[in-house]
Amino acid sequence: MMRTRNLAAVASLLLILLLAGCGTIEPWVKPYERTHLADPIMSFDRNPVSSAYIDHVYQAREGARGAEGGHGGGCGCN
Amino acid sequence: MKARAAPKEVTVAAVAATRIGGLFSTALLLFAGLPLTAGVLPEDRADALYHSYDGGGVDITGPSILVLKKLNQNVALRGNYYVDMISSASIDVVTSGASKYSEKRTEETVGVDYLHGNSTLRASYTNSEENDYTANTASFGVSVDMFGDLTTVTLGYSRGWDTVEKVGDPSFSKDLDRQNYRVELSQVITKDMLMELGYEAITDEGFLNNPYRSVRYVDPDSPAGYSFQPEVYPHTHTSNAVSLRALYFLPYRASINGEFRYYHDTWGVSAHNFGVGYTHPLGDWLLDLRYRYYTQSAADFYSDLFPYENAQNYLARDKELSNFTSNTLGVGLSYEFVRDGWRFIDKASVNLVYDHIWYDYENFRDLRDTSAPVGKEKLYGFSANVAQLFLSIRF
Repeated sequence: MMRTRNLAAVASLLLILLLAGCGTIEPWVKPYERTHLADPIMSFDRNPVSSAYIDHVYQAREGARGAEGGHGGGCGCN
Repeated sequence: MKARAAPKEVTVAAVAATRIGGLFSTALLLFAGLPLTAGVLPEDRADALYHSYDGGGVDITGPSILVLKKLNQNVALRGNYYVDMISSASIDVVTSGASKYSEKRTEETVGVDYLHGNSTLRASYTNSEENDYTANTASFGVSVDMFGDLTTVTLGYSRGWDTVEKVGDPSFSKDLDRQNYRVELSQVITKDMLMELGYEAITDEGFLNNPYRSVRYVDPDSPAGYSFQPEVYPHTHTSNAVSLRALYFLPYRASINGEFRYYHDTWGVSAHNFGVGYTHPLGDWLLDLRYRYYTQSAADFYSDLFPYENAQNYLARDKELSNFTSNTLGVGLSYEFVRDGWRFIDKASVNLVYDHIWYDYENFRDLRDTSAPVGKEKLYGFSANVAQLFLSIRF
């Protein structure tokens, strides 16, 4: 238990230090270089109505649940 | 209804929830200090989908309507209406001697997105109704774009209140409380690659089994050699899932994607799945191909055949808690019939998606196989056809 707490404290400290240095990070992909990223085929969730449905199909028949992506959330349904 | 998963000890769940809650508060405080840039809300869209699932003696069809509409540059409303029309003669129904049944589940969601600087706040409420199950869920989330919009961090929290009832027993009414905690990190890796790291913890407390489902145990006095008794689940369930997704733009205009998820819960179920997909534009058409593999271990208190009645405190014979694998092959075809605007519509497409899923159970036996000795029946397996047809418009 103690060891877990120490680890959590170190992790929190590292996170704070990391975020404290945020101001100095230069975006390595410039806005004018984002043509490909803006293409609809580069979306994790191009059709939310469809991905929510297929996640529901899986969730109703599998033990695992959660971390499905932006469309997840758990409706408490079957 | 489907039984929901949940923990061994209430205390454990409460401690876990408190810790997770503490982490969330810390993370929120840290985000509050980050510099703001301007974000955008998703574009207005409406989707009308018809879905069909057919497999393992279960047939489920129905519509799903999703509308997203901006009121102004900062506020958008969302609404979803979803129906499952279920007709079931599943292996559980058939082998328990019950007859085929039909039921309907209706789910309605309303939500609001509020954009402030580089942050988007989301709130939504979902109600799901069946004749024997009611679920209400409130969800909250915040997304923050940072580091020149190369990184998006999302935190989410949901709270659910369910009521479980039993057809034929008006006095039966049990409660179930649910809580979900989500963290998601989306990252631009290169000008051709995106990654998404997700984590979700879910804690449930209350009535988690299915009031209709039974387990079987060896009974030498029964002609079949076994008898049934109602399943008994713990009253708590806590799970953790972590996922990693990647999306890559190929040198010609097409994309490939991959995902991996690892899952573990306090019932002893460990699972992982991975998937790959390919998206290829062909003029006004868009072709999607995908494959997904899933495997899980059984819950600690699962058994296909218990040695005697009340063999242990908790008893499950739900195939969703057994040891099994599944494979999915899918294909999607989308045709964009409005590309450059028509009246109030900016874009419109018609989409057809078909998935075939194979389920192979490793310790769930098919009790219709009466020729084999008790406990040696052939293993159960089935495949399902899952189809979606939908119209999508942007305006």
